[in-house]
Amino acid sequence: MSEQQFEPVIVGFLCNWCSYRAADLAGTSRTKYAPNMRAIRVMCSGRVDPQFVLKALREGADGVMIAGCHPGECHYVEGNIKALRRYVLLKRMLKQWGIEKERVQLVWASASEGNLLAEAVDRMTEEVRALGPLRWRQAVLGGNGHKPVETAEVEVEVEEV
Amino acid sequence: MSEKPKLAMYWAASCGGCEISVLNIGDKILIVDEVFDLAFFPCIADFKHHDVEGYEDGYIDVCLFNGAIRTSDNEEMAKLLRKKSKVLVAYGSCAYEGCIPALSNLTTKDETFNTVYYENQTIDNPNRVVPQVETQVPEGTLTLPSFYNTVKSLDQVVDVDYYLPGCPPEPEQIWAVLEIVVNALLNDGPLPPAGSIVGAGNVAVCEECPLDKNVKTITQFYRPYEIQPEPGLCLLEQGLICVGPATRSGCGALCPQVGMGCRGCYGPLEGVDDQGAKMLSAIASVVGVGDSTDDEFELEEMIDNVMDSLADPSGTFYRFSMAHSLLERVKANGNGTNGGEVK
Repeated sequence: MSEQQFEPVIVGFLCNWCSYRAADLAGTSRTKYAPNMRAIRVMCSGRVDPQFVLKALREGADGVMIAGCHPGECHYVEGNIKALRRYVLLKRMLKQWGIEKERVQLVWASASEGNLLAEAVDRMTEEVRALGPLRWRQAVLGGNGHKPVETAEVEVEVEEV
Repeated sequence: MSEKPKLAMYWAASCGGCEISVLNIGDKILIVDEVFDLAFFPCIADFKHHDVEGYEDGYIDVCLFNGAIRTSDNEEMAKLLRKKSKVLVAYGSCAYEGCIPALSNLTTKDETFNTVYYENQTIDNPNRVVPQVETQVPEGTLTLPSFYNTVKSLDQVVDVDYYLPGCPPEPEQIWAVLEIVVNALLNDGPLPPAGSIVGAGNVAVCEECPLDKNVKTITQFYRPYEIQPEPGLCLLEQGLICVGPATRSGCGALCPQVGMGCRGCYGPLEGVDDQGAKMLSAIASVVGVGDSTDDEFELEEMIDNVMDSLADPSGTFYRFSMAHSLLERVKANGNGTNGGEVK
């Protein structure tokens, strides 16, 4: 047995029209990629409220991936551009909060780009693995006399792709 | 006549503005005086800690607690007053959600001490003296409350019955709440359900704001000193940050009406966990740069250039709600290169 390595938990918000199908394609074409991303299907990357990202990080995720259609290909015309605008600002905010930029990533993957999505998940998993666990509640909030940590049930929705 | 109900008001980490706001209700203060006996109100009457300790549990009918929890003393007082009060109200933004004191959750206790005791331009501290929790002197040991690394809201240390938002709460809202309490005490009137936010509206500040909104998008942000806003027009559409879209109404949109964008002191709207995240979303909608015809690889840079003109997004969007935000504080000494760094 090799020594136990840290397996990051990555929450992935995948848009229904492109990236979720890319994940589907990666699955049906038996592409091998890191099993660390837990996929959550949303109708559009523009549906990803920044609150979702912050909540995931707070509740135990080590990273969050938001994936949507390429610009110009959004099912709702410009939902992904809105997601990008939020992401750009969120990145600036996360920097202030001391959260490394690799932990929250935005990826464009169309329905035919299963390989591209798989590569992005592989790459992000390795980047987050190198950073180590985030453990926000325990590591950042825990020792400050905050609400006790025992309520820190890690609730990460998992959906099979 | 039977004994009057007891009123208390206490300040923790606060500026004292909340106390003044109570006096700001004008001649209604006479009614408050008529109805209540003061049991504890350090700002205006001489009560001591041991007076409160001497009360039996639940002796105080209504306690208006303002200020955030910054030190162990604040927490101790919160717990004491919780025990002695029937109704505990988190009064004002600090007690409700951290407010300005909680902005120091963007940094650490050590950094705060560094700035306050060593590095400020006006500080002359050659012996590098900083407050200690315990100090030995010939007569014995002196103690001071300990200073927490993280500022907390009142409900993060004790149970709170009601929240009265605002920095400070508006006089008519304060009176509306006191009226309900007085009515409940004297005439057995109904009280709102425990845990309610009282003395505030249920819509966004924008709904109350009379400025013209034309759904105009912007390509640059300005700080208030940089431009003179056009009167009568939505400030956000002029590039001035206004947190109105993410903020609960109740103030009558006083700030935007005089050309100063909403700072967000009434806190998030019903059902929102994180005011800053909601404001971030709103900002993303007013930025007019980038559309589906732009080159995929240039888009991010174009948008990033606009965001360059937005100074200190965390401090701006969480100006009042840091303690209640989802992440609550920044990560100190993060294992990245930017641990706790504030732009």
